[in-house]
Amino acid sequence: MSTLTDPRTPPQAPRTAHRPAEERVGAGVFDPGLLVRSLPDAVRKLDPRVMVKSPVMFVVLTGSVLTTVLAALDPGDGFGWAITGWLWLTTLFANLAEAVAEGRGRAQAETLRRARTDTVARRVLGSGEERVAGTELRVGDLVVCEAGDTVPGDGDVVEGVASVDESAITGESAPVIRESGGDRSAVTGGTKVLSDRVVIRITTKPGETFIDRMIGLVEGAARQRTPNEIALNILLASLTIVFLLAVVTLQPFAVYAGAEQSMIVLTALLVCLIPTTIGALLSAIGIAGMDRLVQRNVLAMSGRAVEAAGDVSTLLLDKTGTITVGNRQAAAFVPVAGVTEEELAGAARLSSLADETPEGRSVVALADELYGPGGGAGAGGAPAGAEWVPFTAQTRMSGVDLDGRRVRKGAARSVTAWVKDRGGSVAQDADALADRIAEAGGTPLLVALEDVHGARVLGVVHLKDVVKEGMRERFGELRRMGIRTVMITGDNPLTAKAVAEEAGVDDFLAEATPEDKMALIKREQAGGKLVAMTGDGTNDAPALAQADVGVAMNTGTSAAKEAGNMVDLDSDPTKLIEIVRIGKQLLITRGALTTFSIANDVAKYFAIIPAMFAVAYPSLDRLNIMRLASPESAILSAVVFNALIIVVLVPLALKGVRYRPAGADAMLRRNLGRYGIGGLIAPFIGIKLIDLLISHIPGIG
Amino acid sequence: MSPLLAGLLQLLALVAALALAYRPLGDHMARVYTSTRHLRAERWIYRAIGADPSAEMRWPAYLRAVLALSLVGVLLLYALQRAQGALPGSLGFHSIDPDQAFNTAASFVTNTNWQSYAGEQAMGPLVQTGGLAVQNFVSAAVGMAVAIALVRGFARSRTGELGNFWTDLVRGTVRVLLPISVVGALVLVACGAIQNFAGVHAVGQFMGGAQQWSGGAVASQEAIKELGTNGGGYFNANSAHPFENPTPLSNLFEVFLILLIPTALTRTFGRMTGSVKQGYAILATMAAIWLGFTALMMWTEFAHRGPAFEIAGGAMEGKETRFGVAGSSIFAVATTLTSTGAVNSFHSSYTGFGGGITMLGMQLGEIAPGGVGSGLYGMLVMAVIAVFIAGLMVGRTPEYLGKKIGVRQIKLAACYLLVTPALVLGLTAAAMALPTPGDSMTNAGPHGFSEILYAYTSAANNNGSAFAGLAADTPWFNTTLGIAMLLGRFLPIVLVLALAGSLAEQRSVPATTGTLSTQKPLFSGVLVATILIVTGLTYFPALALGPLAEGLAS
Repeated sequence: MSTLTDPRTPPQAPRTAHRPAEERVGAGVFDPGLLVRSLPDAVRKLDPRVMVKSPVMFVVLTGSVLTTVLAALDPGDGFGWAITGWLWLTTLFANLAEAVAEGRGRAQAETLRRARTDTVARRVLGSGEERVAGTELRVGDLVVCEAGDTVPGDGDVVEGVASVDESAITGESAPVIRESGGDRSAVTGGTKVLSDRVVIRITTKPGETFIDRMIGLVEGAARQRTPNEIALNILLASLTIVFLLAVVTLQPFAVYAGAEQSMIVLTALLVCLIPTTIGALLSAIGIAGMDRLVQRNVLAMSGRAVEAAGDVSTLLLDKTGTITVGNRQAAAFVPVAGVTEEELAGAARLSSLADETPEGRSVVALADELYGPGGGAGAGGAPAGAEWVPFTAQTRMSGVDLDGRRVRKGAARSVTAWVKDRGGSVAQDADALADRIAEAGGTPLLVALEDVHGARVLGVVHLKDVVKEGMRERFGELRRMGIRTVMITGDNPLTAKAVAEEAGVDDFLAEATPEDKMALIKREQAGGKLVAMTGDGTNDAPALAQADVGVAMNTGTSAAKEAGNMVDLDSDPTKLIEIVRIGKQLLITRGALTTFSIANDVAKYFAIIPAMFAVAYPSLDRLNIMRLASPESAILSAVVFNALIIVVLVPLALKGVRYRPAGADAMLRRNLGRYGIGGLIAPFIGIKLIDLLISHIPGIG
Repeated sequence: MSPLLAGLLQLLALVAALALAYRPLGDHMARVYTSTRHLRAERWIYRAIGADPSAEMRWPAYLRAVLALSLVGVLLLYALQRAQGALPGSLGFHSIDPDQAFNTAASFVTNTNWQSYAGEQAMGPLVQTGGLAVQNFVSAAVGMAVAIALVRGFARSRTGELGNFWTDLVRGTVRVLLPISVVGALVLVACGAIQNFAGVHAVGQFMGGAQQWSGGAVASQEAIKELGTNGGGYFNANSAHPFENPTPLSNLFEVFLILLIPTALTRTFGRMTGSVKQGYAILATMAAIWLGFTALMMWTEFAHRGPAFEIAGGAMEGKETRFGVAGSSIFAVATTLTSTGAVNSFHSSYTGFGGGITMLGMQLGEIAPGGVGSGLYGMLVMAVIAVFIAGLMVGRTPEYLGKKIGVRQIKLAACYLLVTPALVLGLTAAAMALPTPGDSMTNAGPHGFSEILYAYTSAANNNGSAFAGLAADTPWFNTTLGIAMLLGRFLPIVLVLALAGSLAEQRSVPATTGTLSTQKPLFSGVLVATILIVTGLTYFPALALGPLAEGLAS
């Protein structure tokens, strides 16, 4: 087994630290000033052609217009004007919610736009080159970029290697390397070449580049309603029709009862009953969900993908970089019989002092940890006159020659051969020790010493994969959410099993090829499961496209980015877990506010029905359990509450409902208690309070 | 023993009997609708109607068969009534007027059994037994078939096929309704219900004068009337008539028959979808609403308010002394929470709240436990709505029994939700707004309004009971109620079958701990709340101006 590091450079360390499980999926601070700044946009959205997209709010708009006309016909009616005013405010507040949600994205879009300045491209023409505007590039064009040039469009590097500043997109100021061939060839328009020269083949039409799409997504312009949002909208529309029926048919009943109602009162009743709260906040919730991803530097190409993330039941995670830190690390020194652990540690440390690989460094670190800095027998700082033997693919060993002593460490077979060549003895138990470590999923690294006593094996260094901190808890959390985690690795089944057990994943796929990965996804999907995965290489592209949620790393190839339905600008594979949480939070917020909105209606009936009919049937005054001051104040209070609750809930809609990973039952119980029961009770209190205030207004109370 | 205690014991006996029958009947029905064997008698029927019993139908084909059968049923029944005067076996009754014949045909084919006629004064044995009783079986079997089709939609995966309507219809009749009816009729005869073709007797009265008593095949019709949640009485007085419902025991037995199939179908549902627990959850939801309504009804009817009630021991007006307040309350709730509409007392004479409870029971959509078949499919549609809202709150795209509730499913369920409120409120409003229909009211104030609201509620929900007091045999009411019954029956069936088709095409999603568990009490609670809130919000203003205004005044 090779002790080499995984040839693929490990992805950058995640920028976001491991969050404790309970922490909510935050979304930045809600700035109340945004409400004021978004006001002009909210007014602009009063256009009926825009409003008609939300059936609930369109009904409110129609109601507002109607009451305005009616109030204008009877200008002395203060109550009518008050209702009219609050109906308009209801409409406005709904638009405000959407405008605020969009406003948060717009700031981000501005930053991106600055990166998309008009660039001049150097297009390769036969042997020479010509200068053309970036907007005139076509797919397949070859362009040259040198240090200081801005990349004119999305493409792949076909020649050369360069360091590129991608901060315009990722916000990460450290430059990244882009080179032809392999999985690191993609460059994005708007980024800046810092050094060297590359030739880039353009892969995207101007106007459809990554940065253009990002702007569209962030601004919400390209936002399409997701299936779940459409379904909810249909349900809300049908409830609106039911309430429209209930209110329209009420007039003949009222006439019979001898209590004919004014159109203003009926309109007020209708607006109170239809689910305005969720109707007003629905699109803001969707935009804010996308926004929460953007704030985590994840770009979802469609809202559908965000929703699917909440539904994911199988998560495919690459071992290296996601579950384990990129490299194996020394975990123990296991001496053969007759050798002390300290002797072995000292020899191993000595042989690794010059070894700059992560494994080598970890050997030194472990020895230092066990026996103090510079610890271990036979050690003595960085010795002068030492001759370092570097690792080569042929010898598969590294080591040091010092003062007639030769220390070697490396793969079992190579070290054994080395000892035998020198006529030394291989301890009886050396093979058994190595095998045991291999069986436990670790990598054995034999350490041998040749000195005056001859060549001999001292023992074995146990190298193992180090599972990232907190992964076990995270997987436990996922399991509680009903999500199965599958670790994907190129390791042999033994190693894979050991790591899988230590990390606490539910399953693993060892010696995985891209074809295996694809087959696994298809198998899971055939069982009705939704699969999420991350990937960066071109050979990941088919699997990324097949997965329901495919998160491409920004460092990956453009093929991978094209295939996935999300791109993680930080290239942090663990973020998949967070994406799932955001998807769930989005759905929960929708459900919670719908429940709240419908539960609210009960109290409104108790306010409005006695107000309308207690004159005709005095017995109905018993329904006035809030003891509201007068019929006018009761109806107005309900309307005012209905409008204000929208503004009150805007921050919740934007931040999302508090989410803790838990089983479905616990989650349902909590949210039902908070938004169902809460939604039943809150308006009774709210309406009563508003009534207490406005009953002091002359002509109302 | 106090009447209240007697009532509670009756309730207990009823629950015990239903519990005993639940598993065997539910499992039997599951076998009936999944078996591949055909009885010889069934083969004859298939050959006679030219149906291929093993052909699988997609939802449009299934729907076409339902509609074709029902259309033929309406036409035949209409023709039979119109020709009654010229046919033998009619006891000399005249042919029925066109509007009433239409109303009655629509009524019996839709399992409503609204009767704008008085049985013993208008319909002879030929129409009663050869027309109406036949539809009692057929309309019940249709309801069960549609429910089973929906259950198959949940149970099947990646197929559009929902079974064969003709097989479901014939088996439901031959293997479920007929055998139980035969036993039921015998029990009723044993209790003293009549079963003969004796015609009309003139009997001298004790105080002088003469009275006419009609005979007829009453017990057999009574059995299927309750078992099939039909409700059309042989006599005008329906189950208050001693020939139909002679004793408190027969009364309890009739309530048992009413609730038998609708409750046991939840077991069938659980069996066919592979999880009896899911069936229990639906049963628990139904039982919670039914028990709650029964308790409320007993409370309001037993409440002693005023000297007259004090002496009678409750609101005894319009109730039979042999059943008392408890026996009547149990019956009234059972008949309005199912689509039965048989009455053993006069709902119009109940307290204001009591009348309101019967109305609200129907307005819930008759799903607790509801009509045979229609109760289950109505409840499952509500479950789809509840799952959609509650399911979102657990952070997943909602799914029920492994089927995603997406755009199409919600579209169909939402339309289902709209049908009956539109019919009830729309037609009631039209009746109130137009000058003449109001003349049929025989009471003023909220009670008069309740009569009309009750009539349309009953018709659109295919219940068939009436708030006595409305003179409903007018062309306006015969026609509009007939339309309400037809649309109230078949529009939901169209939507339910379309829903079944869309579900059957889906792949089943396996449940995980992140899936909303719909077999737990918490979900039953959510479902009860969804049903009560959605219906309550729809009808609250109308109920406020009728029963609530009346009930709160006392």
